[in-house]
Amino acid sequence: MYLYDQVDQTLVEERVVQFRDQTRRYLAGELSDEEFRPLRLMNGLYIQRHAPMLRIAVPYGLLASRQLRMLGHIARTYDKGFGHFTTRQNIQFNWPSLERVPDILADLASVQMHAIQTSGNCIRNVTSDHLAGVLADELEDPRPYCEILRQWSTFHPEFSYLPRKFKIAVSGAREDRAAVQVHDIGLQLRRNEDGETGFRVFVGGGLGRTPIIGEVIREFLPRRYLLSYCEAILRVYNLLGRRDNIHKARIKILVKALGAEEFARRVEQEWSHIRDDASLLLDEAACQRMQGFFAPPAYDPNVDTASLDRALEADSRFARWYERNTVGHKRPGYRAVYVSLKAPGVPPGDVTAEQMDAVADLADEFSFGEARVSHKQNLVLADVRADRLHDLWQRLEALNLAAPNIGTVNDMICCPGLDFCGLANATSIPVAKQINERFDDLDYLYDLGEVRINISGCMNACGHHHVGHIGILGVDKRGEEFYQITLGGSSANDAALGQRLGPAVGKDEVADVLARILETYVEARHEDERFLDTFRRLGLEPFKVNVYGTDNSGSRARRGRVAQTV
Amino acid sequence: MARIIRDRALVEDEWRRLSDDETLPEADAIIVSWQRWLDERDALAARGAPLGVEIDGTVDAADVAADLEHFELIALAFPVFKDGRCYSHARLLRERYGFSGELRAVGDVLRDQLFYMERVGIDSFALRDDLDPHQALSAFEDFSVVYQRALDAMSPQPRWRRAA
Repeated sequence: MYLYDQVDQTLVEERVVQFRDQTRRYLAGELSDEEFRPLRLMNGLYIQRHAPMLRIAVPYGLLASRQLRMLGHIARTYDKGFGHFTTRQNIQFNWPSLERVPDILADLASVQMHAIQTSGNCIRNVTSDHLAGVLADELEDPRPYCEILRQWSTFHPEFSYLPRKFKIAVSGAREDRAAVQVHDIGLQLRRNEDGETGFRVFVGGGLGRTPIIGEVIREFLPRRYLLSYCEAILRVYNLLGRRDNIHKARIKILVKALGAEEFARRVEQEWSHIRDDASLLLDEAACQRMQGFFAPPAYDPNVDTASLDRALEADSRFARWYERNTVGHKRPGYRAVYVSLKAPGVPPGDVTAEQMDAVADLADEFSFGEARVSHKQNLVLADVRADRLHDLWQRLEALNLAAPNIGTVNDMICCPGLDFCGLANATSIPVAKQINERFDDLDYLYDLGEVRINISGCMNACGHHHVGHIGILGVDKRGEEFYQITLGGSSANDAALGQRLGPAVGKDEVADVLARILETYVEARHEDERFLDTFRRLGLEPFKVNVYGTDNSGSRARRGRVAQTV
Repeated sequence: MARIIRDRALVEDEWRRLSDDETLPEADAIIVSWQRWLDERDALAARGAPLGVEIDGTVDAADVAADLEHFELIALAFPVFKDGRCYSHARLLRERYGFSGELRAVGDVLRDQLFYMERVGIDSFALRDDLDPHQALSAFEDFSVVYQRALDAMSPQPRWRRAA
């Protein structure tokens, strides 16, 4: 992974000193709330329902074991002993005190970490594929480019007071696991006919109040122009993005207003001035140098898989976990392993200090000292020998991190919701719990196959509900929590926004409604057809009828309680 | 005269911002609004005394560029400190259009943005009235390292064009 040089290290250390002084001036009354706000946000610090919330950057989701241990230390020392991994591969702590945040940042700096630009109207943590570098469907590892973008965007003098937040994702594989089409800029690595590496450039995707799938503004951008082209996009946005209305300030609104073609034309025009700016060009040597940081670890070419085969044969619970929670690796004899943060009864993405320490140890023992955060809020140990999988599984089981549910209904994405968040209208964690309890039959879960359920506690959509195969959005109606259901969303290659099923349903009914949706699917599916594909074939109607009944014909009796119209 | 920061030092400000309905003085160094420049350019250009113009994020830097020869100073207005459009204007005026006169940040100019402002080529700062510019001087030294090449003295060699 990338290792800081003197410049990187000095920068994060000076950031700590700067923020310590800003915090001091705020507490002394020299900075108003309004003035302190963007300063603290650019260090990931929110003022929340119960206490400040601190979001720490995990660049493109990659963590060294010592960094993960430091997160455990922070959870234990400054928080209530746990943290929450987010959909943007970061981690949030919900209970630090404002006065101690500078100390947390100092601790982070000691392990080459920071909270820089994890919030605020600036370029946020660049996210990527949590399986980067290890799958066979990858064209090229996206992380070197993520790191280049991280450095370029850090304290960018021109783009630190943008109209609104700005998120960039990079994917290097055929299957998009980084949701590039729902980012402000999505970069998809590809090669042109001459075998040259570059990017397909999407802009203007995003969720939130106005969900939009990004549009391609350039089919192929040679990689040497990565920064100059991004700079052109950002400059057009900085100058033209709306600043009069926070809800219309994202780049997606500008792209819609101008039209993708006109937006692209303006970017190209701006780019023509700066394309060959020497300070922005990536040369071969710099790319290779950066790629060197992400070189494959020293894999053993002779891993004996016979013991794995025996264990799979002998232990059906292990086999079940292996089937669900591990992924084929491009190197024979290795697997990538999901560490499930979706155990029943645990808020999705939550992890305790002890678990962080333990996973750090496991990373050292089983996966070359590295762990990753997935945007679906699990952890990944990406390079595990097949002959040690059984051992690892037992260790994870003991830590309650081996729930065999990756990709199933119970592998939900879920925001912190009203329980923690100052923005939320409704709870989301209790809904996830309700679903988890309802769908506790593993055989049924496996029979359902891949179903992505995403839950957000408000329209800001931190739980990415629009792109869940089944999306659940909490809304407040006259002081009561209701949940709007959408079907058919996706953030993968076939990115789509979910369609609203019908009237919002009461809090106690979410799992029942889900059961009916899934029952409709099971009845109607063709052999091996995914939920999403069945939905796309059939449309909303049969799901609607099964959930709400048919109002006019009465041909199908409503079963159980009926969703309320509100 | 008010004190401003210029080239990291506190100085007395010899410039005066003229409101649009004030009569043109003969000799003073004045800063006029962009609109006034458009309306009275001949009279302003013929005056033979230092002239500055104030623009905000809504004015296209390319329009200003066409008239650069008339201006010794361009004031970039930050109506609220979060409005970052003039960071782009500053870079464009310096890098693309070659403006070498004084670029001044005016309006809601606070200590904690000075570092960024200086990096995009702004060299003078009229802090918000209630702030003590003396206390803000340390802001320029918040960081001793940066990643990007920009318009300040500390800009490094291009970080993305070096071999191992």
